[in-house]
Amino acid sequence: MAEDLYKVLGVAKGASADDVRKAYRKLAKLHHPDLNPGNKVAEEKFKLVSAANEILSDPAKRARYDAGAIDESGAEKAPRYNYRQYADSAAGQRYAAGGGAGAGAGTGAGGGYGGENFEDLFSTIFSNRAGGANVPARGSDAHYVLTAEFLEAVNGATKRLILPDGQALDVKIPPGTTEGDVLRLRGRGNPGRANGPAGDAKIEINVAAHKFYTRDGQDIRLDLPITLHEAVLGGKVTVPTPAGPVAMTIKAHSDNGTQLRLRGRGVPAHGDNPAGDLYVNLRVMVGQPDAALEAFLQGWKPAHPQDPRAGMEAVK
Amino acid sequence: MISLERIFVEIHELSPADLNHWIAQNLVRPLGGPGAYQFQEIDIARIRLIMTLRDELEIAEPALPTVLSLLDQLYDLRRQMRRLNAAVEHTVPQEIRAALLRHLDG
Repeated sequence: MAEDLYKVLGVAKGASADDVRKAYRKLAKLHHPDLNPGNKVAEEKFKLVSAANEILSDPAKRARYDAGAIDESGAEKAPRYNYRQYADSAAGQRYAAGGGAGAGAGTGAGGGYGGENFEDLFSTIFSNRAGGANVPARGSDAHYVLTAEFLEAVNGATKRLILPDGQALDVKIPPGTTEGDVLRLRGRGNPGRANGPAGDAKIEINVAAHKFYTRDGQDIRLDLPITLHEAVLGGKVTVPTPAGPVAMTIKAHSDNGTQLRLRGRGVPAHGDNPAGDLYVNLRVMVGQPDAALEAFLQGWKPAHPQDPRAGMEAVK
Repeated sequence: MISLERIFVEIHELSPADLNHWIAQNLVRPLGGPGAYQFQEIDIARIRLIMTLRDELEIAEPALPTVLSLLDQLYDLRRQMRRLNAAVEHTVPQEIRAALLRHLDG
């Protein structure tokens, strides 16, 4: 005995046309056979849902159904959904995933039918055939990418990498690591066959950019903001270096763009590499001028007026 | 073979702009080149599928390539499985097939 059509769609008898439409779409998305190939339950469910919608979405048919003039099977044929019958056949090769370089390129032949894909898919069957299950073989290397913070790469750090199988791998990033360096953890790759040794884990390091520092080999560069007062009169400032704050003296008359070097405060020494330097580039920040500064500048006549744009006029 | 003109008779809700867009995106892959497209039944079914996804299941146009790619991968697998199935049927002795079945059911 067919189920009540309102129950099929999960709506009340008095549901609005809009509610019926919404309920149908929700169920159709769930059970559409092209989205559930081979799933007989979904296919049956979709047929029921479509048939129910066929009647309930049509005011005239719905009225007749409500009045008992037509029964649950008074529906017309369910919508056509015949893509699967083609996709499952050899013709479906035209639409192999990622196939066809451009329009018209997929001529049906070749493509993903190569043995490689197939052996990938059923690797155990074919590896058994090729080598014999009992021949020991080393496992393959596993490749990972790990992103380190700028200072972690400079100073060295231990980072935890969670593998796809849920295992954690503690990766020791040595000081002075640079973008693209590959670390190798012996024996932490894929397992070997028949007591063969495991492969290695190869971890490529990505270094994230830093807000203040940039890397230049063993040296590090930093833009350091200073006040007008410090630029003209000099003073002591604290410089944040990768290894912690360091006091530095700014000489009087240090203009914008002056570069100072803090020897040995770059990337720390590692292996055969001596420690790099930290280059500090001074950036004069005027900030919000106060009334006194404004008043002073208005009354100020420089003894030797300078044009900071001298020499730029000729540039076209 | 089915001509471009015939497609619009077959699927009258289809607009030429949509079809051209899908061909350009490689979602529909007729034979022949621009100006001389040749369609087969699978292409008509494919166009209907895309229209069903977009118009009935309300999958937004920008998501279509992703959804179709996933579907294509699924059908790739199903075709591979069918080939394996046929190969097993034709090459593997009955008792081994029975053992396989027992293992899969268990």
